[in-house]
Amino acid sequence: MDELLESVVRGLGRGSVYALLALGFVIIFKATRVISFAQPAFMLAGAVMVTYLVGPLGFWGALAAATVLTGLLALGVERTAVRPMVGRPAFVVAIITLGVDIAVRVIVNAYIGNDVRQVGDPWGLSRVELAGLIIEKRDVARIVTAAVLVAALFAYFRFTRMGLAMRAASYDQEAAMAQGVSVGGVFAVSWAMAGGLAAVAGTFVAVGENVDGLMWTIALVALPVIILGGLDSPAGAVLGGVIVGVLQELVAGYQSHFPWLGGNISVITPYVVMLIVLLVKPYGLFGTREVERV
Amino acid sequence: MRGRPLLYTSYRADMALLNTPAKRVSLGLLVLLGLALPFLLQDSTLNLLAMGCVAAIGAIGLGLVTGYAGQVSLGHAFFFGIGAYTSALVSGETGVRTMGLGVPNLLVWLPAAGLVALLFGVLVAPLATRLRGLYLAIVTLGLVFIGQHVFGEWGSLTGGTGVGRAPARLELFGYDVAATDSMGTREQKSFWLMFSLLIVFALAARNLARSKVGRAFTAIRDRDIAAGVIGVNLSRYKTIAFAVSSFYAGCAGALLYPLVGFIEPGTFSLLLSVQYIAMVLIGGAGTISGAIAGAFFITLLPSLTRGLQPLVPFISTSPTELPNIFQVETILYGVLVIGFLIFEPRGLFGIWIRVRTYWKTWPFSY
Repeated sequence: MDELLESVVRGLGRGSVYALLALGFVIIFKATRVISFAQPAFMLAGAVMVTYLVGPLGFWGALAAATVLTGLLALGVERTAVRPMVGRPAFVVAIITLGVDIAVRVIVNAYIGNDVRQVGDPWGLSRVELAGLIIEKRDVARIVTAAVLVAALFAYFRFTRMGLAMRAASYDQEAAMAQGVSVGGVFAVSWAMAGGLAAVAGTFVAVGENVDGLMWTIALVALPVIILGGLDSPAGAVLGGVIVGVLQELVAGYQSHFPWLGGNISVITPYVVMLIVLLVKPYGLFGTREVERV
Repeated sequence: MRGRPLLYTSYRADMALLNTPAKRVSLGLLVLLGLALPFLLQDSTLNLLAMGCVAAIGAIGLGLVTGYAGQVSLGHAFFFGIGAYTSALVSGETGVRTMGLGVPNLLVWLPAAGLVALLFGVLVAPLATRLRGLYLAIVTLGLVFIGQHVFGEWGSLTGGTGVGRAPARLELFGYDVAATDSMGTREQKSFWLMFSLLIVFALAARNLARSKVGRAFTAIRDRDIAAGVIGVNLSRYKTIAFAVSSFYAGCAGALLYPLVGFIEPGTFSLLLSVQYIAMVLIGGAGTISGAIAGAFFITLLPSLTRGLQPLVPFISTSPTELPNIFQVETILYGVLVIGFLIFEPRGLFGIWIRVRTYWKTWPFSY
């Protein structure tokens, strides 16, 4: 029983990171109807910035600075590569973000180089005993950070003018424009937010481990997560992230019972779950069904 | 009719495979050039061009499903891998680490590779027909990850991650194409083989594109709901598109690795899929010749950048220094794709259309 619960806590920690990443995808999707494949690059960029800034600023200062800087980077990408493509097919823009991703990641990788780079977090791999369970502190940190950020974001969408504008623009861009909403501003804020979220997620992925060039594949797990939750549902993204994270840790924990599946089966669990869910619900758990007029 | 190349007196002539004299002449010249190239070029260049031919087969396949039928597939690497391993399995002998069936004839393993890939394409199709646009792209992306895992774990088939296995052998009824003999060197003969296969596959694809099936594809791409309303069976034609595309990918996967020398399971990654997407987009989506042009462009890009390297001396050729040529190459992929999509969405094919229109209408600009 303890083993199960410990797996679940690890999964919640992992799932919190996925939830942050997935929220970034969903925010961009809701604003621009595009999936930004550039998120992995932003995540890596954020984590690498933290490794450079942690010396002078300390962990939390570096995290805040990296979040802002990555947000600005995302804003720059939106302005130069994505804004000129407004009105073009979603697929074309998605491929452009894929190009951005490749280019940005190569540059970021150059800054990682061959050194061992760490985010310099206060937790490392230390553990704490809680109600008889042995839990890694970093998982607690991940869960708390994600919970605070998600609550803040949902409050932002619900209670601020910009949040209202974002909801309006995602519902109907032209009508929102006619009511005086700056749709361009919504695009910019959405991209910056997604960049910032990716930076936080990247840093918390790297907590207790090294930042390396392969970390970006973790951001791709957010893709099955958003499909699972529904592309246009922030709540779905959070819930999907938690579900996928917990499932992944459970599969990793009980993998020895299924030796015929091969090692590291937890790596592809998200994709298998995604395929199964899509067979039953083509628009995910909370996605809006597309209605089209010819 | 002489001197009026665009005057058609019958529907047959309009819909012909090569419907203008210019197309017939240029195809003939290209074939002649292709046959003559092995006598004109170095063996290393020939090997690269042979890979270009194979990549073109794969790109045509992706072009059919993405360019013609408008179904975005990021799963091309998966089908590519299935083709590569099927061919290696059929052609190879059972050894210490890997198994094989020991049938080295190309006419056996090539269709086998294509058909197994096609089978997987049909298996995936029920998902694909229910989904549209980005949902489909992500699902096919998932295929690549699942495929990579299976390829990495199934050691007796693939040799395992980081090790790999020997690819299929280029052998026709006991005649070894990949051995230097009186007919020519290894590179010359494999180039001829790949070039003729490319012609066969390209003509077959063009033939499909002008048929009822091809028209159904473009109807689905342009507006799938409208296509469904006028009587195009959406799920049927989407399945066909995936099946044909996977067949092409399987064949390309089977043919590419005999030229490379070995198959490593890590190759069939997202990056490979993106490369093929880049070929189709840079070449020009929805055209066969564009896919071929894009495939050669992307295949030759690394040697192109290496050739240009002396012009920009601050870029190093050693992988340990920064910035180095390998990084520049990778960035170039990204930048080229973005640049083409923003400035010339019709790709290389679009550039060609502009040049052609300029000379056709000269001295007028319209």
